[in-house]
Amino acid sequence: MTQAPDLPLWAAILTAFFLLAGSLITAIGSFGLVRLKNFYERVHAPTLGTTLGAGGVLIASMICFSVLKGRPVVHEVLIALFLTITTPVTLMLLGRAALYRDRTEQQPDIPRDFD
Amino acid sequence: MNAQLILALAITASQLILGFAMACATWRVIVGPRAQDRVLGLDTLYVNSMLLLITFGIQTGRTLYFEAALVIGMLGFTGTVALAKFLMRGEVIE
Amino acid sequence: MRRLLPYPGFAGALLLMWLLLSQSVSLGHILLGSLIALLATNAMSALQPESVRIRPSLAIPRLALIVLVDIFRSNLAVGRIILFGKPAHHRSGYLQLPLQLQDRYGLAILAMILTATPGTLWLQYDRSRSVLLLHVLDLVDDQQWIDLIRNRYERLLMEIFE
Repeated sequence: MTQAPDLPLWAAILTAFFLLAGSLITAIGSFGLVRLKNFYERVHAPTLGTTLGAGGVLIASMICFSVLKGRPVVHEVLIALFLTITTPVTLMLLGRAALYRDRTEQQPDIPRDFD
Repeated sequence: MNAQLILALAITASQLILGFAMACATWRVIVGPRAQDRVLGLDTLYVNSMLLLITFGIQTGRTLYFEAALVIGMLGFTGTVALAKFLMRGEVIE
Repeated sequence: MRRLLPYPGFAGALLLMWLLLSQSVSLGHILLGSLIALLATNAMSALQPESVRIRPSLAIPRLALIVLVDIFRSNLAVGRIILFGKPAHHRSGYLQLPLQLQDRYGLAILAMILTATPGTLWLQYDRSRSVLLLHVLDLVDDQQWIDLIRNRYERLLMEIFE
């Protein structure tokens, strides 16, 4: 049923801790998509998953593979770097798109364009 | 209690938690109400599935899943940017 | 040398990325990675990007540390809001913020910092008036946020880039 690599106890506990912490934070962020009330509030929620959530899972993976292979394995840093570069871009673009759409439809409570 | 069992339980638990996160994102994709909400949900879904793949990598001890996660991350980024651009102007290529 | 290697730092980063991806430091991979880094940086010089002037100072590690701590703290704050809701007099709203930072790369870094930290989202920046439009999830006092961004990030970024 369940399967796991054979790690020494300290490494197993560290990996388990970071894995659980990261996935819990990601889940809280995604749950925010359900909980928060309007779009501009919801945009903030996924950043939990892309910062600390992803960080936790990636650190867990680094510890696990470094101990397993007996040498430092750090290629997970690439995913972390990639996430920190891309997330702001997508969220800013989405925010801009939403702002543009709301302005053209003249929704209430939207700040006016700079003129 | 041995180390392997602790790790196995933690991996399964975190996979279930990430599954719940993906369900939340999918709910937002289905419910909307507006197009930007759906795109936001899709973007979150990409990130969550990427993290889920990494947990599979830890479970099997193979680095194959790392590459898959990287590819999903890149495709997700490109897809979301294209969709956001589409929402802004209605045309992907200007 | 300058013609062959227009962006030495960028080329080095690309080589490092290649070695991390292939997970080896054998001679073959170093040669292949160097070749790719050379080709990519030469292709990039055709785009003629604006040159970056970074003043090496202690402000860079300080900013990195501050951002790390802030990401950690605001993760907890936003998580609390998602799980338990906002306190009664807190609201989410927009914030207009006049900026003194003019450098394009500095502004890009500021945008990344503000958007990557949960709780603040960069929406629009007007270059002619140097005003920034932000959305803040937990807004109690406008002035408090303005002071925070100015003193915590903008001052350090201006030290680095201007």
